[in-house]
Order: sequence, then C-alpha cells, then structure tokens
Amino acid sequence: MAEATATATKTIKFIITRQDTPDSAPYKEEFEIPYRANMNVISGLMEIQRNPTTAEGKGTAPVCWESNCLEEVCGACSMVINGKPRQACSALIDQLEQPVRLEPMRTFPVVRDLVINRERMFNALKRVKAWIPIDGTYDLGPGPRLAESKRQWAYELSKCMTCGVCMEACPNVNDRNSFIGPQAISQVRLFNVHPTGEMNKEERLDALMEDGGIEGCGNSQNCVRSCPKGIPLTTSIAAINKDTTKHLFKKWLGM
Amino acid sequence: MKGNSYYWRKLHSLLGVIPLGGFILVHALTNYQAFERGPEGFANGVHFINSLPIVPVLEIFGIYLPILFHGIYGLYMAYQSNLNSGQYTYSRNWAFTLQRITGVLTFIFVFWHVYQTRFQVYIGSVTHEELGSTMHQIATNPAFFVMYVVGVLAAVFHFSNGLWAFLISWGITISPRAQKVSSYICMVVFVLVSALFILSLVAFTGDEFKETASAALAWTNIG
Repeated sequence: MAEATATATKTIKFIITRQDTPDSAPYKEEFEIPYRANMNVISGLMEIQRNPTTAEGKGTAPVCWESNCLEEVCGACSMVINGKPRQACSALIDQLEQPVRLEPMRTFPVVRDLVINRERMFNALKRVKAWIPIDGTYDLGPGPRLAESKRQWAYELSKCMTCGVCMEACPNVNDRNSFIGPQAISQVRLFNVHPTGEMNKEERLDALMEDGGIEGCGNSQNCVRSCPKGIPLTTSIAAINKDTTKHLFKKWLGM
Repeated sequence: MKGNSYYWRKLHSLLGVIPLGGFILVHALTNYQAFERGPEGFANGVHFINSLPIVPVLEIFGIYLPILFHGIYGLYMAYQSNLNSGQYTYSRNWAFTLQRITGVLTFIFVFWHVYQTRFQVYIGSVTHEELGSTMHQIATNPAFFVMYVVGVLAAVFHFSNGLWAFLISWGITISPRAQKVSSYICMVVFVLVSALFILSLVAFTGDEFKETASAALAWTNIG
C-alpha cells in the first residue's frame, strides 16, 4: 500500500546550496516537493517557501531567491542549475535532470542563499559609459539615422539583460583577475554603432584599454555558449579588439 | 603587476608570435635538415644560423628576453584563470585550459632543453658542430625521447593555439566563420610543425649522428 502511494504521488527533489549571511559558510539542504505539471524552478522554490521543510522533515528558513519578470528578460533569477548558470524562470522541471541542484553564481558576492549582488556589472556599464549622451541646454534636433543593416545586429546586442551568466561562465572573471567581462564589452559595441553614441566612441574604447579592460579576455568562448539571449559576445569582443587596436595605433601615431 | 595591463597583455600576445612564433618555425626547419639531409644537413643549418650577423644580439633580444617575459607574464596569466573545462566541456574552453597547461610545460621544457644544448656550448663542453651528437645522446635515451616529444607537442600546440587567439586579440578574425577557418589553419600548422620536430627527433636517434663531431670537423676542414 505504501509503495502504491509512493508511485502515485510524483515528487521533485532539490539539492540547494544555502548561505545565511554574506560571510557565513555555505551548506546544502535537500527538499522534496510534490510534482505539478509545467513547473519551473521558480514555482518549485515557491512551493518550498510555502512549506519550508527539508526532505528529512526538519523545519528550516525558506530559501531566498530573486526574480521579477518570469519570462527571461530581466536577468534577476540567474543561478547555477545542475552545474550551468541560467535563469530559474525558464528552467522547466520537466526538462531537468533530478535531483535538481541549485547554487548561487559565486562569481558575484552571495547575499543570501541564491541571491547575489550583480553590482559589478552595473559599475562596468558606468565605467564604459554605456549610454547615449544627449543632454544639453538646447534642442539638438533628431540625430542621424542608423542603417538598417547595422540595426539588425545591434538589436541582438540590445537584448542583454545584465543577468551575469556570461560572467559566471568566463574563466577569467574571478577575484584574481580584474577582467571587466564579456557583457560590458558587447555593450560598448552596441553604443559605438549607434550614430549618436558613435560621437563618443573613443571614450568607451579608452575605458576598455585600461587595467581590467578588454585584454582580460582569454578566448575560452564560454560566454557565447552560455548567453541565454544568444548574443554574439565573442564577435563583439573581437570587433572591439579591432577597434581598440586601431585606436591604439591612431593615438600613438597621432592620426 | 604594475602599469596598465592592457599594454602588458598586448606585448605578451605580440611577442608570442613575433619573434617567438617565428623562432619556433626556424628551429623546426633547421632541425628537419637532420631528417632530410642527415648529419651534414643539420650541421649546415647550425652553421647558417651561427653565420648570421650580430648573433648574440639576435639571441638576447629575439629569443631570451621575449621568452622570459612571455613565460613569466604567462605564468601570471595562468594564475589569474579559473580553469573550468570540467563544468563547460566545450572544445574552445578545453583549448583555453590546454593553452595554460602547455604554456607551463613549454616554459619548463625550454629551460631544460636550453640547459642540455645551448648552455653546454656556452660553458664550452660542446661545440656547435657537436650538437648533432648531443641530440643523438638525448634522443636515444627512451625517457628523454618521450619527454622531448611531450615538450615539443606542448610548445607547438601553445604556438598554434596562441596564433588563433592572437588573430582575435588583435582584431583580425572577427566573425565566427573567420575564427572557425583560422582554427582549421592553426590545426594544420600544429600538425605540420609537430611532424617536423618529431621526424627530426627520430632522425637524431640514427647511428649516423653518433659521430657527427668528427664528421662536422671534416666538413669544417673542407670548408
């Protein structure tokens, strides 16, 4: 009878790496929750939140995570799921190997459980001036138009949601290395192709030609394989390599 | 590391191809004379290099200093990487990991190889003309032979894969297609240059290299 019940109620097993404070040691906890059709990792975590009891039946604090859009455009719910960084909202339980292993993306400072601080990426965007400066004291009128042929690939680059997956997958983004990471370099390419943004392109290239700039790329190309939005990150890096090299020689020769 | 790492990395990348990549090719072709033309061909190759003008300057600024900078800064770069091929098993990520492993192997191998050959000439225990028989002694020792094959394969892989990365880091190959084509070309370079070195090593095991010292002396007398 007990066996019959066990087979009738399907369950999902989670092994979650938890951490209570930014400085405390991580530990693992297992959870077993009832299966429902069309679950994703977020709905699994919500189930644990409703009934925060481990697989051994011990009461525990609910698991913390971040999420907003639930449709893979905000980047907030990035975590390492079964060994690969990705968004929890688009990680469907039916497509995942069990037990489902959840870990925070340790490239970033862990705030609590699966919550990480992605501030370094926003600082990187500030550093490379990833915006179009149009503020002034009078109306500058409409800017120049962007060619359709460029618009098409620029749109792909604009899909970046600063989720941090490329940073997590990159072997050169770590605390021994000052590498800025693939995301900001691709954004430099995006803002440098924009006809108004182009007017300040040297400033953005200069920002990548300083300590911890584009030189940190070691061409492992994990970023392009990991990006959930399919952004051609390695093409962006190579294109900015070309632009920085040209800029370097132009500066030296005063061209 | 003090200063702007952008310039250090660019210098590191440049030195790996010019002059060090060029040196590897010249070295492979010179050695291959041993396979194609025997002891006399090899002695001719050595003689040709030593007949170049300002050889000590070429050696110091074209080989020793670039290798030291490329090797020491490369060790620092390897230290700065979190190798993660176990988690991300893509071939390019394996090449990234191997680039660092072969870099360290090559650096060690180069020191040992220079000690066994060029250093012995410096201290006067071997002459340039006797290098063929020195190599014969090394290549006929099975353990040394295996270590030389490993060292040579590591060095040539590091050069070929480094050439692929050089083309990206300087902004020459940009599209995925260009990078794919250049990876095939670099693979062909790896196979060809490795073959040159390994065939030379095999040639050095031949008995005709035992007596190169006297053969070379005879050649000098004729010359």
